[in-house]
Amino acid sequence: MSDPAATPHAGITEPAVAEARDAAFAAIAAAANLSELKAARTRHAGEGSPLAQLNGELRNIPAEQRAAAGKLVGETRARVTKAFEAREAELSAIEEAAQLAAETVDVTAVSSRWTPGARHPLNLLMEQIGDIFVGMGWEIAEGPELENEWFNFDALNTDADHPARTMQDTFFVEPEGSNLVLRSQTSPVQIRSLLERELPVYVVAPGKVFRKDELDATHTPVFHQVEGIAIDKGLTMAHLRGTLEHFARLMFGAEAKIRLRPNFFPFTEPSAEMDVWQPNAKGGARWIEWGGCGMVNRNVLRAAGIDPDEYQGFAFGMGIERTLMFRNELKDMRDMVEGDIRFSQQFGMVV
Amino acid sequence: MRVPVGWLREFTDVPVGITPHELHAALVRVGLEEEDLHTFEIEGPIVVGQVLEFVDEPQSNGKTIRWCQVRVSTSSTGEGSSTGEGSSAGGDDVRGIVCGAHNFLVGDKVVVTLPGAVLPGPFPIAARKTYGHVSDGMIASARELGLGDEHDGILRLAELGLDPEVGTDAIALLGLDDWAVEVNVTPDRGYALSIRGIAREYSHATGAEFRDPALHVSPVEPVETPAGENPVPVTLNDETPIRGNQGCTLFVTRVVRGVDSTRHTPAWMISRLKLAGIRSISLVVDISNYVMIELGQPLHAYDLDAIRGGITVRRAVKGEKITTLDDQERTLDPEDLLITDDEGPIGLAGVMGGARTENGPSTTDVLIEAANFDPISIARSARRHRLPSEASKRFERGVDPEVAAAAATRAAVLLVELAGGSMDAQTWQVGEIADRDPIALPAGYVNAIVGADFTETETTDSLTAIGATVETTTDGYRVTPPTWRPDLRDQADLAEEVARIVGYDRIPAVLPTAPPGRGLTREQQLRRSAAQVLTANGLTEVMAYPFVSAAQLEQFGESVPAIRLANPLDGVADRLRTSLLPGLVSVAQRNLSRGLVDLALVEFGTVFLPDTAIVASGTALPPGDARPSDAVLAALDGSIPRQPRRVAALFLGDAIRKQPGQQAAAAGLSDALAAAHQVAHAVGASIRVEAAAYRGFHPGRTAAILVGDEQVGIAGEVLPSLAAELDLPGRVALVELDLDRLMELAPEEVAPRPIGTLPAATQDLSLVVADTVPAGEVLAAVIEGAGELLEHAELVDDYRGTGLEPGTRSLTFALRFRAADRTLTAAEATEAKMAGVASAAAKCGATLRE
Repeated sequence: MSDPAATPHAGITEPAVAEARDAAFAAIAAAANLSELKAARTRHAGEGSPLAQLNGELRNIPAEQRAAAGKLVGETRARVTKAFEAREAELSAIEEAAQLAAETVDVTAVSSRWTPGARHPLNLLMEQIGDIFVGMGWEIAEGPELENEWFNFDALNTDADHPARTMQDTFFVEPEGSNLVLRSQTSPVQIRSLLERELPVYVVAPGKVFRKDELDATHTPVFHQVEGIAIDKGLTMAHLRGTLEHFARLMFGAEAKIRLRPNFFPFTEPSAEMDVWQPNAKGGARWIEWGGCGMVNRNVLRAAGIDPDEYQGFAFGMGIERTLMFRNELKDMRDMVEGDIRFSQQFGMVV
Repeated sequence: MRVPVGWLREFTDVPVGITPHELHAALVRVGLEEEDLHTFEIEGPIVVGQVLEFVDEPQSNGKTIRWCQVRVSTSSTGEGSSTGEGSSAGGDDVRGIVCGAHNFLVGDKVVVTLPGAVLPGPFPIAARKTYGHVSDGMIASARELGLGDEHDGILRLAELGLDPEVGTDAIALLGLDDWAVEVNVTPDRGYALSIRGIAREYSHATGAEFRDPALHVSPVEPVETPAGENPVPVTLNDETPIRGNQGCTLFVTRVVRGVDSTRHTPAWMISRLKLAGIRSISLVVDISNYVMIELGQPLHAYDLDAIRGGITVRRAVKGEKITTLDDQERTLDPEDLLITDDEGPIGLAGVMGGARTENGPSTTDVLIEAANFDPISIARSARRHRLPSEASKRFERGVDPEVAAAAATRAAVLLVELAGGSMDAQTWQVGEIADRDPIALPAGYVNAIVGADFTETETTDSLTAIGATVETTTDGYRVTPPTWRPDLRDQADLAEEVARIVGYDRIPAVLPTAPPGRGLTREQQLRRSAAQVLTANGLTEVMAYPFVSAAQLEQFGESVPAIRLANPLDGVADRLRTSLLPGLVSVAQRNLSRGLVDLALVEFGTVFLPDTAIVASGTALPPGDARPSDAVLAALDGSIPRQPRRVAALFLGDAIRKQPGQQAAAAGLSDALAAAHQVAHAVGASIRVEAAAYRGFHPGRTAAILVGDEQVGIAGEVLPSLAAELDLPGRVALVELDLDRLMELAPEEVAPRPIGTLPAATQDLSLVVADTVPAGEVLAAVIEGAGELLEHAELVDDYRGTGLEPGTRSLTFALRFRAADRTLTAAEATEAKMAGVASAAAKCGATLRE
């Protein structure tokens, strides 16, 4: 009760009200922060403050003086309250600004609990190719990587004495006569599709294949292919070319086109080598050898129990590593197989 | 197949001045893919010179050089300048040349490379000072010209039977201005492994005339000895044909007598053989090779005097041996087809001749063999003895039987012409040429399969052009393929020929409409999703080879049988993986070796799990041209081991790297478990973990991953001693899940519950348990006991120490209760909580912490 502002007044006089008001204004001016201001408000405008006491005395003074006194006290209290509020807003703004300034960080040096990962671009490319065909109504077929020779060779019109069936080209499983091989192509999936599905069949089979090549810049013993097969009534090489051209345009741009050259594959007849015109190549548009294709050999259809006089169709296949190499101007296939994280991380989640 | 253009020109009209690019472009149109270009890489001036005189000058280094005066021009205005050192005989026409060889005489005509010339290497020739003279050019050896491998001295033109004018351009004289394109011949078209075949194809590609060399064998009239009894009777006796095919169906012989085997092969033949990729060996052998390249018929020339009695073609007897031309003694297999005489084998049929009847310099009488062998038999022998030869390459792909007699005669004519002697009048032939079965080609079939608008005339003309005979039938054509096209067997083969000859560029592009598809399967979608989720959470996808060593198989987890390759790439990694983890370890090691020390790797891949030992099937595979029965197909399928798809990840180094205001966090079990949860989350499966112990894993930091009570994977840290052995620093965490099984166990559809919006009551619960009791079990017991009102519960603290009995710990759970139909009172929430406590007390011995 040592605070002069709290000193009781004998009556409501102008000086007394002015004194209380001025004391409040001084306290408001002296408050350096919101908590000081809050304390000052309690003292000068709260219950028991001089102005509150003066207000309380109103009921003790004669009625005829009460209106004038009431007006004096009321107006003064309103001014004081307003001054407190103004100062509070001012101090709030200052304190908020100070806090925000204090919380400022270097946005280029903010720590992160997240590390970016990466898909392997070969898988991304296979998914992209799969999506192109799914968009055309085709389906994605899958099959085992370790296959019985019948699915990998015999059913594909590859004779028992075909050079591809030697230990030099294909991985065989012990013991001799197990008839198990690591599939040398994804074509056995085509045979399985023909055996398992109702006709017509339109499927692509992306996947891992195995051949006895030493790893170097352009060969790897484990690589990936996508093969497609379509068997329906009345399909021709024109449909093959149309399908490949559509595929090529989605992969390499609207200017892409397909060139077919005669070639030989046991599972197709007529057969063709397909070149693709790559309009968006960095070094300038060019023809690229892309893969093999042709009309499914009549014996292959027979192996699947399909009458080749009723149904016919086409098949094609291309290497994914090779496609990635010329699509993204990669020079060394070893980068794709070694698992160096820097390789995949260049691609991130897109190819 | 390498095709010297000068040779090709003999049988078809190749324009003068055609470029290699143009020739390749023509051949690629008919399916002969471009491989390479071969030239002699030689530039003039290179001329014929005559040695006028020389002086042998011994040198301090022990050599004796010859200082030669060589006339290189007949005119006094010959090219080049005199060295100024002068000559005794003729100004600019005569050059002073230093020569290291001594195999020539005054008067010999030689090849002089003058300054400015370039020899293969490339070795540019310039006038240069050597051994005290200025050598104004060089006298060339056959080797320096790229014509052969002989080391013994310079090339004397008289040895090649040449006596050209001095100053003649030696490049043209020796055929060194020719070049060859190399094309890839597909295995179905053996006939194209000959100049004859390529000329025919060039004619198809361009319309140029084709002159069949087999029909025009002899440009010169051969001197013939009278016909008589066959001097070497031949018997074909294959008692064990392979796959039903007689090993030898045709054996043609022709004898040439009185040849001079020491004569040199003429330059034009050497240069053509060289461009064709064949080294000159001796005149007789060179002629055999020349005719083989020209006509496609492999020949063998025997020294007639060395043959004892008649020839029998038969299979080898087990254990029988032959010494082949390369002086290797080879033990034969009963499947090997042999040429034998009365004393035994004289040739491994179609692969390599025998040493005993080899031609030599003293050979005077030569027996030429032109036979037709079964492709499969030859292929197997060549493979068995690792003897791929020019001959076996052709026989494996099929040789035109009709060309055998022409080839024997062509070789005989060349022998007489180049080595002297005379040929027997008679070509002897044993065996016969089977008639080709005609193929029915329905009218309209070609366009029906090719999708083009070829006319009937284009169809028949194309087939006629390739040598087939075409007869019209009521519903199409009867086509008899030519003898050199064993690959033409059905109507589709003929369709390809028509399309090839008319041109594949006539095939239009038509996009077919597939029936509506089902899109990606659930499994395909979920696999993609799992890969996206893991990589979005910081893992990098890698793909390891599936080949592992026996030691790698033993690194982690259970010992399971593995598949062993019969022919691995290397002898160590000869098994197929049964887990993805060893591959990830190898990839991690490679990254570490490249200084990449914080790793989070993931692989999606197949493992190979034989449930029973792999055995030989014991039965032949069904034929490939008919659908096997369902039972046979099921048996084929059943022979294939399980190959589930898995996902595995490896964490090493820091999972969170040190950053401003952020301590580094080392990778560990928590990352492996997080990956397992991320995969499960991605495929919609609910997994739980249980402490477990596996080989190679830390016994206190390893978990089994389960769905219900079925284990679907492992997560844990690598046993520190094993990590050290594998050179992996710090803690290494691994996780591997059976992705296929996880997807099967995941519900196909989500069954969502209504979301309650009434106020929740939250309470904490601290329970004291023995510290051997897993928190997961306590939590499960609380959830079960608390019943339906408990909406969510999670472990927030695990405390041991002051205030607790030793061997116990306090687990604190945050609980959230909510009712669907009312605002819960605190009492209700507490009642539910206490039910959970009772459950945990009963199941885990838990007590409420006061």
